[in-house]
Amino acid sequence: MAAKLILSWNGSVIREYPLNKERMTIGRKSYNDIVIDNLAVSGEHAVIVTIMHDSFLEDTDSTNGLEVNGVPTKKHFLQNNDVIDIGKHKLKYINDQTTQTTSADFERTMVLRGSASSTPSGEYKADVEKSSTMQNSSFAGENTAKTGKFDALSAATSVKPATVTSVKHTTVEQGSTGKIAALQILTGSTAGRELDLVKNLTTLGKPGFQVAVITRRPQGFYITHVEGGQFPSVNGRALTNQAHQLNDHDVIELAGVKMEFYFKDGRG
Amino acid sequence: MKVENALEMVCQTHPGMVRSHNEDSVACEVASGLVVLADGMGGYNAGEVASGITVSVLTTEVSQGLLQGSPTRRDQEYGDEYGVLLLRDNIQRANASIYHAAQSQPQYAGMGTTVVTGLFYDDRVVVAHVGDSRMYRLRGETLKSITQDHSLLREQIECGMLSAEEARLSKNKNLVTRAVGIDAKVEPEIGIYDVQVGDIYLFCSDGLNDMVTDEDIESTVYAMQGNLPLALDQLIQMANDNGGRDNVSVILVKVKGGFAVPGRWLEKIFDWFKK
Repeated sequence: MAAKLILSWNGSVIREYPLNKERMTIGRKSYNDIVIDNLAVSGEHAVIVTIMHDSFLEDTDSTNGLEVNGVPTKKHFLQNNDVIDIGKHKLKYINDQTTQTTSADFERTMVLRGSASSTPSGEYKADVEKSSTMQNSSFAGENTAKTGKFDALSAATSVKPATVTSVKHTTVEQGSTGKIAALQILTGSTAGRELDLVKNLTTLGKPGFQVAVITRRPQGFYITHVEGGQFPSVNGRALTNQAHQLNDHDVIELAGVKMEFYFKDGRG
Repeated sequence: MKVENALEMVCQTHPGMVRSHNEDSVACEVASGLVVLADGMGGYNAGEVASGITVSVLTTEVSQGLLQGSPTRRDQEYGDEYGVLLLRDNIQRANASIYHAAQSQPQYAGMGTTVVTGLFYDDRVVVAHVGDSRMYRLRGETLKSITQDHSLLREQIECGMLSAEEARLSKNKNLVTRAVGIDAKVEPEIGIYDVQVGDIYLFCSDGLNDMVTDEDIESTVYAMQGNLPLALDQLIQMANDNGGRDNVSVILVKVKGGFAVPGRWLEKIFDWFKK
C-alpha cells in the first residue's frame, strides 16, 4: 500500500490521496494533483516528491507558507502521522510501510539503475521498476547526480551539501547487561583516580609502546594485550594473546601500575 | 624501499550473524601493493560469483600488468598514469565478464558487485571504487572517509533533500546507484592520494560501517595500530556484537616506510618544465 495524505477541514475528512506518483503538486488551481480551493492557498503551493518509501514535502514559494506539526517549514522529510497545515486545511501523512517490509529486506544491497532493461531480483523489484521511470527527472541518473540538479528542488533556498561521513548509524546498544564498570588506579602518581568505562573501547598505555585495551561487549568487559614487550596481568597472572573477561574487583597490572576493575552498580 | 617491505596488509571476511553465506570477496597482494574488496549482490550464489570474478580479475591482471612496466609511466594516449589505467581497465574488464555471465546464464541474471581497490606505489595510493564499499584513512588520531558512496542516500544528502540526521531515518539505505556487472559499461571513481609513513588505510564493505560508528572504528584502529591482525578481529567482532546483519569484510594497510620510485624526482622536474 502506498503512503497517503488525508485532507481535512475543521476536523472533517474531505478526501484521501494515495501518493502513487513520484511528484504530486498541492495548490488552489485545478491542474494540481491535490486541489485545495481556498484563497489562503496559493495557485501552486507545495509539492511532494516520493522516492521508494520516502516522501519529501517542499513549499514552492507559496504566499502564506505551510506548517508541519505546527512548525513553519520550507522543506520536510515526511514521517508517519505528520500533519501539514495549509491555511485552515490539514493534510495528514500516513505511511505504515515499515511494518510491511522486514528489516532483512532493508539490509540487502540493491542497485538503482539508469536503464530499465533488466531489474535485480528481490523484494524491491516492483519498486525499482517504478523508480526507473522517474530517474530522468530526478537524481538517480549520473548526470543529474553530478550537477546536483533536481527539479523538485529548484525553488530551494538553502541547499547545503553534507558528507556521508557524518552519518551516524544507529547501532545496537552495547554492553546490554546494563552494567557500568570503572577502573580505579591503585598505585603510582595517579593513585586514586577513577575512570568510567563508558566507551566500547578503552585504551590503556600509549600506542607505539605498550598498549592494552578494555572492550565492552554484550557479554561483559574484556581486556586484551595489543602491543609492547610486557603482557598485562590480571590478579597476578599474565595474559596470553587471548582476550580475558574481567570480573568484579579484578586487579590489573600494566607497566608497573595496578588498577582495580569493578562494576559500579554493585550488581556485578 | 620496495612496496612489499614498506606496507603491512591484513584482510578478513566474515559472513556475519544473520546471513548463511558470504557474498563478499577480499584479497591482499603485498608484492604488488594491491588490495581489492568486493561486496556482491544477486540471488542464490550469484553475489559470490560477481564479487569473486572482480577480485580475481583485478589481482591477476594488475600483478601481470605491473610486470609490463612501472605504474608511474604516463600513458601517451590518455595522459593517465599506467597505475591508474590498470585499475580502471581491469574494473571494466571485470564488469564485462560479470555482465556477459549474467546475460548468458539465467541463474546469474541481475548479479553485480561493489568494489573498492587500492594500488600503492611511489608514496601514493590510487583508489578506485564503485558502489558503497569504502576506504578510510587514519592519519595521526583522525579517521577520515576518503571515498564517497555511490548510493541513493548520499545523492539525496548532496542535493539537500536530506540532512545527515534525516538520512539515519531513511528507509532507502541500501540502494547503490553504481555497481560492477549490471550494465555493459561502468565508470569507476578514481582518486590519487599521497601517503605518509604511519598512515593506516581501511577498506571495508557496508557490513562494517553500517554496524559500527565511525568513532568506534577510529578509536579501535588508533588504539590497535601496533597489532593489525588484532585490530581486524576487533572490528569484525564489533560489527557482529552489534547484530552482524550483513557480511563484513575489512582490509587494513599500514605504511611502515617510504616507497618512492627511485629517480622519479628527476622525471618530476622534467614534467614541471614541460608545463
